[in-house]
Amino acid sequence: MNTIFFILRQTLTFSIPLLVVALGGMFSERSGVVNIALEGTMVFGAFTSILFINTVQDTMSGQFLLLLAILIAGVSGILISLLHAYASINMKANQVISGTAINMLTPAIAIYVARMIQDVQQINFNNTFRIPLVPVLGKIPGLGDVFFKDAYITTYLGIAILIVSSIVLYKTKFGLRLRACGEHPHAADSVGINVYKIRYAGVMLSGLLGGIGGLIFVIPTSTNFNATVAGYGFLALAVLIFGQWKPMRILFASLFFGLMKTIAATYSSIPFLLNLGVPNTFFKMTPFLATLIVLAFTSKKSQAPKASGIPYDKSSR
Amino acid sequence: MKLTEKIKHMDFSFLSSVIAIAVGLLFGLIILLISNPAQAMGGFSTILTGAFRDMRSIGRIMYFATPIILTGLSVGFAFKTGLFNIGTPGQFIVGAFGAVIVGIKLPQMGAFGAAIVNFKLPLLGSPHWILALLAAVILGGLWALLPGILKAYANVHEVIASIMMNYIGMYLVNYLVLNTVYDRLRNQSLGVAKSAIIPKLGLDNIFPRSNVNAGFFIAILAVIVIYIILNKTTFGFELKAVGYNRDASKYAGINEKRSIILSMVIAGALAGLGGGLLYLAGTGKYIEVVDILAAEGFTGIPVALLGLSNPIGVLFAGLFIGYITVGGDYLQLYDFAPEIIDIIVASIIYFSAFSLIVKNIIDRRRIKLGGGKVQ
Repeated sequence: MNTIFFILRQTLTFSIPLLVVALGGMFSERSGVVNIALEGTMVFGAFTSILFINTVQDTMSGQFLLLLAILIAGVSGILISLLHAYASINMKANQVISGTAINMLTPAIAIYVARMIQDVQQINFNNTFRIPLVPVLGKIPGLGDVFFKDAYITTYLGIAILIVSSIVLYKTKFGLRLRACGEHPHAADSVGINVYKIRYAGVMLSGLLGGIGGLIFVIPTSTNFNATVAGYGFLALAVLIFGQWKPMRILFASLFFGLMKTIAATYSSIPFLLNLGVPNTFFKMTPFLATLIVLAFTSKKSQAPKASGIPYDKSSR
Repeated sequence: MKLTEKIKHMDFSFLSSVIAIAVGLLFGLIILLISNPAQAMGGFSTILTGAFRDMRSIGRIMYFATPIILTGLSVGFAFKTGLFNIGTPGQFIVGAFGAVIVGIKLPQMGAFGAAIVNFKLPLLGSPHWILALLAAVILGGLWALLPGILKAYANVHEVIASIMMNYIGMYLVNYLVLNTVYDRLRNQSLGVAKSAIIPKLGLDNIFPRSNVNAGFFIAILAVIVIYIILNKTTFGFELKAVGYNRDASKYAGINEKRSIILSMVIAGALAGLGGGLLYLAGTGKYIEVVDILAAEGFTGIPVALLGLSNPIGVLFAGLFIGYITVGGDYLQLYDFAPEIIDIIVASIIYFSAFSLIVKNIIDRRRIKLGGGKVQ
């Protein structure tokens, strides 16, 4: 039983960053801007916030520090996403190129700055953020073992982001406008919606969530930041597609991918999986293979936003 | 034609690359100035001139440029045929694995293997390395086949499919290396046989200790072949036509599905060749078993962009990236981390994404000057 709880906890740890980042990607793509810069955004958010933790951890610790770091990660994510927004919205640049540039830029900045100020590229931090047992709730059998033992507040934050995102996308005026800009920007424009502003908002939301996602990926899985988030941004992109650009499906996609990651990571310590004799590599590959398969079978009636990736040009109406 | 007429008709699109490079370098200079004002000018001039300090450095430019010319050619060729091949990291490493496995296993294949290894071609040595490169080409092409098929038949965007293939390829190669040609001590692939190493053809005498080898000539050969295919053959014309307008090409009788698949496969084969050339250079490069995508693959994107996807342009863009990389290596003398080069290259790509704007400005000026729209 304990093994199962452990696997479920690990799955949550791996899934929550995927969920948050994929939701960020959802806002960008549903506003009509393809964002393959999620990886770079995560790296930048993780870099600034871990550097911040590294700097102040002698005077601060615990949940308050983590919240501050999350704030910094989100703001720096927004800043880096503005580069992408400016290129893709104002300059009508190729969005994949701009995204690629950011993916190359942020790890380089992270390594360069780290090496200039502390000689080595790894930035260490003390993990004072883990909550061994949440009072009262942790005592609930089953549920408590999964959600309230060895927990991080980032898990609850991720769930909150999911709920808020669904409401924003489907129940608010802004959400409706955002979706309109991703499906048919000219129609949206004709009824007085400022397509540029909405798309800026979409990309900045993806920056916010991407930056936060970078931090909450690094915190539970490591004790240092080495200018990489191990392809998690691209995995989040796969989650987004696998989840067909819809919040609830994105949740299930990220849980599925998180489970695969967990199995790949904890494989050798779990006898049942070891006895199956399936190579570790298979579990690592599964998320990407599954996404390819889903793409192959759904793209005829794909749910992808219709205008995603196409720069909006007012004059081409 | 009068000179003014000639200027009016000249293609100025390369200016957008020049501007992107200039802005990118300027951005690099600003970062150097912020991080250490006293050393900044020295560091910056090292980036610009370091690669020309001796023959060894010049050789190193060519050595660095070789694989990224191939990946750049791969991305550029795909661009010309209307596809964005972001799958170069996967194709590159799968191709590299093909080269390494043939490079190691062929001599162990009995009499047949021994015959090939011991056969001597004039000038080129054993055909072993040629076969290993061929394996790289085939596997690289194969790795691009699936995104091509998915694009042609299921309308899956090749960018997304290629990104997935990158990770599948990386994990697969790690798995295969672990189970076939693994060096347990160093967590990497074993070294290839001597006969599988690309000959130097005397380049090591001209550029001592620089690792440059005949692979550079193969890169140039690939550039020429791709140039001819794209510009001088009906086949290349068809591929480009499908890139411009899939429906119109179909209407004109071109088998557009076949063209898309072939474009992807050729692009993949080029990236795979790049992987083969790097790992058969005999320079202490082994396939490391780590979960990191091949950087040389991604570098193909800036190379293609700077070269405007033109094969000749790609050759020079590859040499340019090689040149600032070699210059950047000397930056440590000035206490700067060499990653500044990656920052510069990334900002060059970012600004080259604006090329459309630059082109529009140039065109507009031209209309003003010439009184008519050119092109």
